Amino acid sequence: MANSLKEKTSLAGAQPEVVIDPAREPIVVVDGLHIVYRVYGAGSKGSAASALMRIVKRQNRPQMKEVHAVKGVSFVAYRGDAIGVVGTNGSGKSTLLAAIAGLLPPARGGVYTDGQPSLLGVNAALMKDLTGSRNIILGCLAMGLTQEETKAKYDEIVKFADLKPGFIDYPMSTYSSGMGARLRFAIAAARTHDVMLIDEALATGDAKFKRRSKAKIDELRQDAGAVFLVAHNLDVIEETCNRVIWLDDGRMKMDGDPEEVLAAYTKATGK
Amino acid sequence: MNGSGNESLAEFAARHGLTQSAARPSLRKYVQELWQRRTFIWNFATAKTASTYSGSQLGQLWQVLTPLLNAGVYYLIFGVLVGTSKGIHNYTAFLITGVFVFTFTQRSLTAGAKAIGGNLSLIRALHFPRASLVFANVLMELQQLLISMVVLVVIVLLTGEMPTLTWLLIPPLLMLQLLFNVGISLAIARLGAFVRDIQQLLPFITRTWLYFSGVFFLIPQMAAKFDHKGYPWVGKILEANPGAVYIELMRSCLIGDVSKFPINHGLLWTYAVLWAVVAFIGGFWYFYRAEERYGRG
Repeated sequence: MANSLKEKTSLAGAQPEVVIDPAREPIVVVDGLHIVYRVYGAGSKGSAASALMRIVKRQNRPQMKEVHAVKGVSFVAYRGDAIGVVGTNGSGKSTLLAAIAGLLPPARGGVYTDGQPSLLGVNAALMKDLTGSRNIILGCLAMGLTQEETKAKYDEIVKFADLKPGFIDYPMSTYSSGMGARLRFAIAAARTHDVMLIDEALATGDAKFKRRSKAKIDELRQDAGAVFLVAHNLDVIEETCNRVIWLDDGRMKMDGDPEEVLAAYTKATGK
Repeated sequence: MNGSGNESLAEFAARHGLTQSAARPSLRKYVQELWQRRTFIWNFATAKTASTYSGSQLGQLWQVLTPLLNAGVYYLIFGVLVGTSKGIHNYTAFLITGVFVFTFTQRSLTAGAKAIGGNLSLIRALHFPRASLVFANVLMELQQLLISMVVLVVIVLLTGEMPTLTWLLIPPLLMLQLLFNVGISLAIARLGAFVRDIQQLLPFITRTWLYFSGVFFLIPQMAAKFDHKGYPWVGKILEANPGAVYIELMRSCLIGDVSKFPINHGLLWTYAVLWAVVAFIGGFWYFYRAEERYGRG
């Protein structure tokens, strides 16, 4: 941790200053967030004898490594924001989203939210050995919808997910990754979330699904929440978001209008 | 940090009533949320049961066949080959009751250890009280036990017992065992979520427990033996063992007196209630204390 402290002070200028807009109501505040997570099994030999020796000598697992994925990010998201997060592979986008969702504890700094953010990730199945229709019902009930509300939403979800005929009665393990992601998005979007975090879920859909999911995200924004979107496809971000955050190696490089940030990002990455 | 004016971002967040993401709700709110999810718990249990058997030809018929086959194996070994049945009236019913009742606790524990690790993608996608997964697992096992109980009643009747008024005590007894099982499952679920090695260790723990719980032998007989040798405390411990308590009570409800050794019913029922209350409250509290950490990186 001493290491990260040094890093932080030397890079105080990297984070653009956060200007608070007093006229708008904040929904997510990220304050000097550092995320360090541990990776097990990196370069392990892992024989039983060596594991035993390690326990006898009371050593930590030697193959455990610490990854400093997010290094001092601060920003404020307001109600009605749709924020795109861009950056190269490994720049900490997904980690940042997981931290906002409360799935990764901050090493330093903090994340403050109104309500419970929900994260939609790329691993698509909720319960892969159950059928699509069971997943819809369980997903809705788990989010706290009543049985009546679930019944009312069921057809809408099936229609929105737009699966091949009959697939709704197959286990989700038989779905293609695109189908799974669509169904999961449809389930999560059945309820209004205060903060919705979408991690590449739309990247797997076809053009038709992208169009409809954009409409859905607009609808969710109007219901007074905020949406965070991670995607490598910049078109999706440009069409959907009103604000873009550019992460580079765990630090915030830019935060502003989509046009401006995306232009700079495209220039920097040479796309 | 670098907020506008003198106000830090944390203060700004606090002023607008924002809270730390993924903080644990108050116990009262947690219980409320859990109660709200009761239809989810029920649906999760039935869906999981259906999917467990969806791969096999006979489907949910296995819910009846599995206990029958189990009973058959134990009867063959301990009833016919080893012949532990000396001095026990209706050994078949005695043995099978023990096996079925203990299996309920054993399977609840095993399922509890996997409750968090086996549902990570659900936990990471949606926000709900994690204890509902454990409740659903125990409910699944209860459903299995009720089917086993029907099989058991048929066996008891076939071996020459008559229904008596004490059969009415079976539902409250199952209620107490259910509470006990939920409690210990919640505790093992928290352990299993952070120490995956528990799953490797658990079969040995439950098997040891099985052999100590008087499934194959008479606890009062064993206690008398240790009394005779001058170690009365061994018998006291064997009698207080929750595994044994629920088995003995079920036997005395279903079959009546199984041997010449007297059973202290009042003491056993006190143990049954105490274990249920202590395990349930303790397990729930222990599980709840780590609620915000389940399913994290």
